[in-house]
Amino acid sequence: MAIPKVMGTEVEYGITVRNDRDFDPISSCVLLVNSYREDHDAKILWDYDQENPLADARGFQVEGEKYTPNQQENIARNKTLVNGARYYVDHAHPEYSCPEVTNPRDLVIHEKAGERILEKSRIEANGLLPEGAQMLIYKNNSDQKGNSYGSHENYLMDRRTSFKQIVEHLMPFFVTRQVYSGAGKVGSENRAQPCDFQLSQRADFFETEVALDTMVKRPIINTRDEPHADREKYRRLHVIVGDANMTEPTIFLRNGATALVLSMIEDGIIKPSFALRDPVRAIKEVSHDPDCKREIHLETGKRLTAVQLQREYCELATRYVTQSSDLDPSYKDVVEMWQRVVESLERDPMELVDEIDWVAKKAMIEGFMERKGVDWGSSQVRLLDLQFHDLRPDKGLYFLLERQGRVKRLVSDEEIDDAVYEPPEDTRAYFRGRCLKLYSGQVFGVNWDSISFGIGDEPIKRILMAEPLKGTKAHVDDLLDTSKDAAELVRNLRA
Amino acid sequence: MAQEQKQKPSGGSGDESSAKGEGAQKLAKKGEKLKEEMDALVDEIDEVLEENAEEFVKNYVQRGGE
Repeated sequence: MAIPKVMGTEVEYGITVRNDRDFDPISSCVLLVNSYREDHDAKILWDYDQENPLADARGFQVEGEKYTPNQQENIARNKTLVNGARYYVDHAHPEYSCPEVTNPRDLVIHEKAGERILEKSRIEANGLLPEGAQMLIYKNNSDQKGNSYGSHENYLMDRRTSFKQIVEHLMPFFVTRQVYSGAGKVGSENRAQPCDFQLSQRADFFETEVALDTMVKRPIINTRDEPHADREKYRRLHVIVGDANMTEPTIFLRNGATALVLSMIEDGIIKPSFALRDPVRAIKEVSHDPDCKREIHLETGKRLTAVQLQREYCELATRYVTQSSDLDPSYKDVVEMWQRVVESLERDPMELVDEIDWVAKKAMIEGFMERKGVDWGSSQVRLLDLQFHDLRPDKGLYFLLERQGRVKRLVSDEEIDDAVYEPPEDTRAYFRGRCLKLYSGQVFGVNWDSISFGIGDEPIKRILMAEPLKGTKAHVDDLLDTSKDAAELVRNLRA
Repeated sequence: MAQEQKQKPSGGSGDESSAKGEGAQKLAKKGEKLKEEMDALVDEIDEVLEENAEEFVKNYVQRGGE
């Protein structure tokens, strides 16, 4: 029986300051993150003690230096929010890691809430910049000059499923899911074949099949083994092969389909092998083919298009959802959408103009090119690509499409606004978020799987949250109601 | 179940193959509507698109991340 696919995303945003000769990305990120204010003003540490990004899922520890900032730097770069999210500075980018959720619909809500949090802080930060300077934030993955930054997904998995199993069945899925999860990109980078337009922001940057790295020689499957939960029971699959997506249906299908494939791998029901002859080459070939007609080679000698391969996974998933009674109801919507999308991709990808990022972007650019008489090489076209991801509601081209009703919505603005302040109720993010809201002055440090309190002169008390599905509203509301401060909370927990 | 889906006729390609008078007209109308919509969109884009595209795009440089 597959375990529930608790999930979350970490989005690194592009950042720039216009009219600022001294623009420095790191100090701009620090300014941005610290411009975001919640009700409390507590200085809370991110607890690096619990982190181990150098453990490899294939069973070894990679040598390298673990990053541990000093206390002041730690506080300046990390914010844990009352909605259970982490908002922080990662290298030279602002990053938003949404709280853990249990289903792809909630994932859409919380990833979108992240965009609004970045935009709120951008407006605040702008007020602190010298006159004429303006900070701009982009939810994309590349500067079109060969520099890429990531948009990662995380899925809770059963430790008993071997990593080898995961790799075998996930690789062909990851190489091909970009036909609906790509955010679209003008041109190519990183010494890839030249092209006018491609499906994915990221495909050009993948150079190896399976590895621990995320910044150099990027792998299609990342082996970081850092479960942020009970490591005897769980893995956290850290997915680095995705794009930063804008439309709600793209985000929904990306996470929903992936979660279903992972559940099926855990249940051992993906029998046929779709192993590809050369995944690293195929991921670029698929991305560089907006007609979605190019065939890629399987190890068996068979040749299939990316869409045909997705149809295979989709058919397995459709059967799986029908037979699994305890899946979240939103997975029915996932397979319905998945089937429909595959059919459209086979007929004419342009049918998905109001749903899928890369199609919406491509149609918009082609409409513009036709009217203006410009071609793919024009800098206006490159600007359209970039500005599609601009977070400003009045300037961002995705938001223009949204305002005009040209893209489908799956969730409401109210739900997204609520998620800026409210944690999901059905994961440990609830306990984390509520503790920050109720006892912020006494919270000393936070990590995904722990929260520690500094109460008076007593030693720091760390509460472990090794179970992502405990600490929910149903579990802890009574406890929180009867604990007027953190000292009482700790006492009540012991009782 | 999978078979059924494969056999489902698709509205779009059906129209194209039997492009009789009515179908062709419908398509032309649809095309016209799409063009009008696209024109409206391009007008809106013109209003919000950053100026000095070349400069703007050139200045957007990021450090690699993750």
